[in-house]
Amino acid sequence: MAASCRLKPLSSVAVSGGTHGNEMSGIYLAKHWLRDPMELRRGSFAVTPFLGNPRAIEKCERYVGQDLNRTFTTELLSSTEAEDEPYEVGRAREINQTYGPKGSAQAFDFMFDLHNTTANMGACLIVDSEESLLPMHMCHYIQTHYKWSPCRIYLYKLPGEETYSIDSVAKAGLALELGPQPQRVVRADLFAQMRALMACALDFIELFNKGTVFPAFEIEAYKITGRMDYPRYPNGEISAMVHPKLQDKDFLPLHPGDPVFQTFSGEEIVYKGDTTIYPAFINEAAYYEKKVAFAKMEKHTFSIPGLQRE
Amino acid sequence: HCIFSIKALLRRQTSCMLNEQSLKQLNRMTSCYVVHEAPVRRVAIFGGTHGNELSGIFLVKHWQENGAEIQRTGLEVRPFITNPRAVKKCTRYIDCDLNRVFDPDNLGRHMIEDIPYEVRRAQEINHIFGPKDSDDAYDLIFDLHNTTSNMGGTLILENSRNNFTIQMFHYIKNALAPECCPVFLIEHPNLKYATARSIAKHPVGVEVGPQPQGVLRADILDKMRKIIKHGLDFVHIFNEGKEFPPCTIEIYKIMEKVDYPRNKNGEITAVIHPSLQINIYC
Repeated sequence: MAASCRLKPLSSVAVSGGTHGNEMSGIYLAKHWLRDPMELRRGSFAVTPFLGNPRAIEKCERYVGQDLNRTFTTELLSSTEAEDEPYEVGRAREINQTYGPKGSAQAFDFMFDLHNTTANMGACLIVDSEESLLPMHMCHYIQTHYKWSPCRIYLYKLPGEETYSIDSVAKAGLALELGPQPQRVVRADLFAQMRALMACALDFIELFNKGTVFPAFEIEAYKITGRMDYPRYPNGEISAMVHPKLQDKDFLPLHPGDPVFQTFSGEEIVYKGDTTIYPAFINEAAYYEKKVAFAKMEKHTFSIPGLQRE
Repeated sequence: HCIFSIKALLRRQTSCMLNEQSLKQLNRMTSCYVVHEAPVRRVAIFGGTHGNELSGIFLVKHWQENGAEIQRTGLEVRPFITNPRAVKKCTRYIDCDLNRVFDPDNLGRHMIEDIPYEVRRAQEINHIFGPKDSDDAYDLIFDLHNTTSNMGGTLILENSRNNFTIQMFHYIKNALAPECCPVFLIEHPNLKYATARSIAKHPVGVEVGPQPQGVLRADILDKMRKIIKHGLDFVHIFNEGKEFPPCTIEIYKIMEKVDYPRNKNGEITAVIHPSLQINIYC
């Protein structure tokens, strides 16, 4: 049994709604909390809500110049201001100044990032990797205390890849990804679920800050291994759709030979990989331009050491 | 696509509780004598009237490459992308909603420098498939749309006296049964809007959902495809001389559009209630 790790209690915590300006649950939650922050207070800390991409929110678009949630790389954050730079590069620098600097001792202790997806992912907790101890414990706590629906854990960082998301500005972070919800639409049920998930996460932080000992545990999580694009014509347009048998089957096993795409003439295209994978973000609207029909993941069980505050 | 949600069909009630029965006003329309109409020869299928409603866009693009499926003898069927700039950007429109500007004022506007893109485009479309209200106009236009609402495969009727279209809808509904195919009548003194398809003598709206904007679902595309197939079969059979007996169809007629509650900044202050969100159309 691994020894318990000790981490400092969390005092500076932020939550971003509207990192993407058309993902409405987080936008309306953040706007609600900006008017009435009571829900975000606990005995030992309070959470600062903010609107990630205000100009995109105003236009109800994912982004204005470029995807804000891909802009938090060291290179972009340290670049000098240029006149013709995309809006999001300047915004990322502002966010880094307020809640970072990324990688420094002054950075916020924790950042939540609220998202929706058009994919059938239910309630999904996104962490960079299984090595992020505090977020993994938070996910475990949420999974055992949030009873409305199953929560899956998605580990998004590919080996060797740098972190680029908004929550990477803080020392630790967690993204909540809820779907399916169309862009620009707010559904009451997902709004309520996101709110309840946040409440659960804050309960965890409060318990942690108060000195609760969280024992070691084993946890199942999905780790990204790659991404699969749509088949395309030479001119770049998609030549097939996600197959009806794969549509909505996020986190269910996809075996070699299973149908993945269907052409407009009705032909079936099967998965040609060597091993069973677990797909997520199946048919996410925002990913057509990123050339991703779905993300490929492996299911793992990780042993996470115990945790308590210093 | 049409701008109403399911809430648009509700009559305003004094109490806050709305029951299932009051949600629909049924109209029964029956033809009582034999009407003879000219054969329908020139048909268009519009996709991309809204640039982020993907089923119609991809169907039209496919049919432009391989149109065998939409050909019928004795008919010209022309698939057409109505708002190509919006389709390219995968956005509903560039300057204004194309599906609202086919009224006489906009169609007659002078082509000046700063005319909205969609108004200019409407005039071009009217030139190709119209002119609206003239004998030269296309006989029939199918206009393909998606909605994020749970409306299944809805057929939109513009005119309660268009016997040809009502008989077509009856035919399509029967062909798709037991699958539900609701008919939505947008005839109303102020709520009716000037659609792209309205330049034809027989305008037919096809609205399939739920599908998010910018997403292409195979099941939704398949449903839309089946509706078009049966619609074209009907035209073909009609042209061949078949007499369609009197029929009755149930339709949902628009009464009102209901907005969200809003604050003084115009922001919504409430969302669709969960029990209305899952309300099944039929």
